[in-house]
Amino acid sequence: MRLELEKRAESSASFALISPFLALGLTLFAGSIMFSLLGHNPIRAMYIYFIEPLSETWSLHELAIKAAPLILIATGLSLCFRSSNWNIGAEGQFTMGAVAGSIIPVLMPEQNGLWVLPMMLLCGIVGGALWGSIPALLKNRFGANEILTSLMLVYVAGLFLDWIVRGPWRNPGGYNFPETRGFSAGQILPEILDSGRAHYGALFALLGVIIAWFVLARTIKGFEIQVVGEAPRAARFAGFDTKKTTLYVFLVCGGFAGLAGICEVSGAIQQLRPVISPGYGFTAIIVAFLGRLNPLGIFAAGIILALSYLGGEAAQISLGVSNKIGNVFQGLLLFFVLACDTLIHYRLKLVPTRDGAGIAQEATHGAD
Amino acid sequence: MNMGKIVTIIIALAVAIGGAIWWQMNQVDPEDAKLAGAEACFIYVGPVGDFGWSYQHDQGRLAVEKELGVKTAYLESVPEGADAERAIERMARSGCKIIFTTSFGYMDATNKIAAKFPDVKFEHATGYKRDHANVSTYSSKFYEGRYIQGVIAARISKTGVAGYIASFPIPEVVRGINAFILGAQSEDPDFKLKVVWVNTWFDPGKESDAAKTLIDQGVDVITQHTDSTAAMQVAAERGVHAFGQASDMIEFGKETQLTAIIDDWAPYYVERTKAVMDGSWGQIDVWHGMDHGNVVMAPYTNMPDDVAALAKATEAKITSGEFTPFTGPVIKQDGSEWLKWNEVSDIGTLLGMNFYVEGVDDKLPN
Repeated sequence: MRLELEKRAESSASFALISPFLALGLTLFAGSIMFSLLGHNPIRAMYIYFIEPLSETWSLHELAIKAAPLILIATGLSLCFRSSNWNIGAEGQFTMGAVAGSIIPVLMPEQNGLWVLPMMLLCGIVGGALWGSIPALLKNRFGANEILTSLMLVYVAGLFLDWIVRGPWRNPGGYNFPETRGFSAGQILPEILDSGRAHYGALFALLGVIIAWFVLARTIKGFEIQVVGEAPRAARFAGFDTKKTTLYVFLVCGGFAGLAGICEVSGAIQQLRPVISPGYGFTAIIVAFLGRLNPLGIFAAGIILALSYLGGEAAQISLGVSNKIGNVFQGLLLFFVLACDTLIHYRLKLVPTRDGAGIAQEATHGAD
Repeated sequence: MNMGKIVTIIIALAVAIGGAIWWQMNQVDPEDAKLAGAEACFIYVGPVGDFGWSYQHDQGRLAVEKELGVKTAYLESVPEGADAERAIERMARSGCKIIFTTSFGYMDATNKIAAKFPDVKFEHATGYKRDHANVSTYSSKFYEGRYIQGVIAARISKTGVAGYIASFPIPEVVRGINAFILGAQSEDPDFKLKVVWVNTWFDPGKESDAAKTLIDQGVDVITQHTDSTAAMQVAAERGVHAFGQASDMIEFGKETQLTAIIDDWAPYYVERTKAVMDGSWGQIDVWHGMDHGNVVMAPYTNMPDDVAALAKATEAKITSGEFTPFTGPVIKQDGSEWLKWNEVSDIGTLLGMNFYVEGVDDKLPN
């Protein structure tokens, strides 16, 4: 007897519904075993992971701060991936958005008017979009592989940021340390509520999700993106311009990532530094697929991933476990979610094996 | 039994067990789940097992536990930026009385959180901002050890050229490079120093490439301002000498390591935690060195006795305060005079150092 995956004729609606809960159940189960083996009370460990970060106001704010850039970038990425444009350079677009958005606060620190913040955000979007357009143009003009070009541009962007904060934009009063001057009050994205640090970036993420969902589900453009991705030939017959779509999704994705970049810098860090992102652009790829490339799913996935970061820290402090345990636990969660999603499109089937002679024969052939 | 049934049963079981755990979780008392009374807390930029910077800070934490019997907690590999702010706030809310933030990049986050928690004491390593009365800063004069390394290198090297694997062109690192060449020149005025910038604190691959490049260029003594043991291992393979960084790395180069600069944070961490416990904690800005036991030299090995004796003598002079490495005459790389005869550098210039002295065979990246 052996197990086989058999493709379903139609994806299973009931499994699409059950899958997340099944994954959560399995994660809790496997996580409990892991923590028991480590000598901790598994119930308490699970509590620290999933409930504690949600039980206090400040921690909810932190959750929003951590989730917002992931959600915003992943939403942009979903448009790219839906149209089979494999943009894996969101990290670079995030960085360039942050740099472009910081032009005003760094070069004109005395500017504090009401126009400053909107202008910074706009610069961030444009900077990210322009950076995102490079792989699109290279793909359209020369047929260059966008996976490679977009990834390479991440390093270019990272080194550019590094150079600019060590060189021309270095804080004159900062003992030569590699950072720009701190942004002044009017250049900082304000907090939404008095109760915590969450800034307007979280609201933009929500807005981005709604817009992307609307575009994908309700507009011709959204239909075009999906047709180009799933059936390029059909798209051509329908008169959709593949190249224009490529440029469009890269511009939008770059803009989203750029907005996330300037929000992170203006709202959370409040100056430019050599490193401004703990890999948001790459983690967002996971979030995009975890959310099944659906903006609403991405919203949930972003929050879950952010929660696993916060929970990991809580566990480090409260249980004294290494941060590697947090990583393993995060891996468990992702594994179960993706594994359970398989059941939406496939069904498990037990196949009786052939007789012993058949196996022996196969083995001899294998040895050839 | 058919597969569908098995799958259904597995699903039912998983959901049932998951549900049971979920229900149990909601019975946990929130206060009980919080920290079990850790009072001294530490935040590290790298993993505690890196055998370098973060590892040494963690050794300090263990000393606090051992000597004072105080419960401690730590967070490792915390990225600088928004994550650091959250991590520090979590500690402050968990009941930590004193929080050591052990990387330069935590400076602003530390000060921001300190404003919110006036009763918690904050100690930030290598920074200069003390915006609130509950923030102190501390660092160590590692350049004192660099000077001694330079003295040894000049006596050991046959080619008259040493190699320096440098991380980032910040004052701390530039200071080390200058101290090294000044030490070397005190023995051999024509001594030269080659520098390779790897732009990372910890990347064994890049560090070993840098070591190979330097050796290929005729360097026969290597020192590093990065955290891994890779360069030591390359030096051992190629039969040249090297200095350990942050920790004693003799295990990785028994015939190779001349000495190592060991960051010993334990005395400071114990002293400050004790001060919080007995209520005598006050804001300070310290920059201790060998005199306070914060910079320690590993045993002088793999060198002739006279060189070891010279190194020990230099160490004794620096420890007693009789001599400081940045004492004139010193000429800058561009040929202008920096320190006159017997003039000692002021602290401000050291803290913001962004120039090389004569003898460094490299252009400082800007």
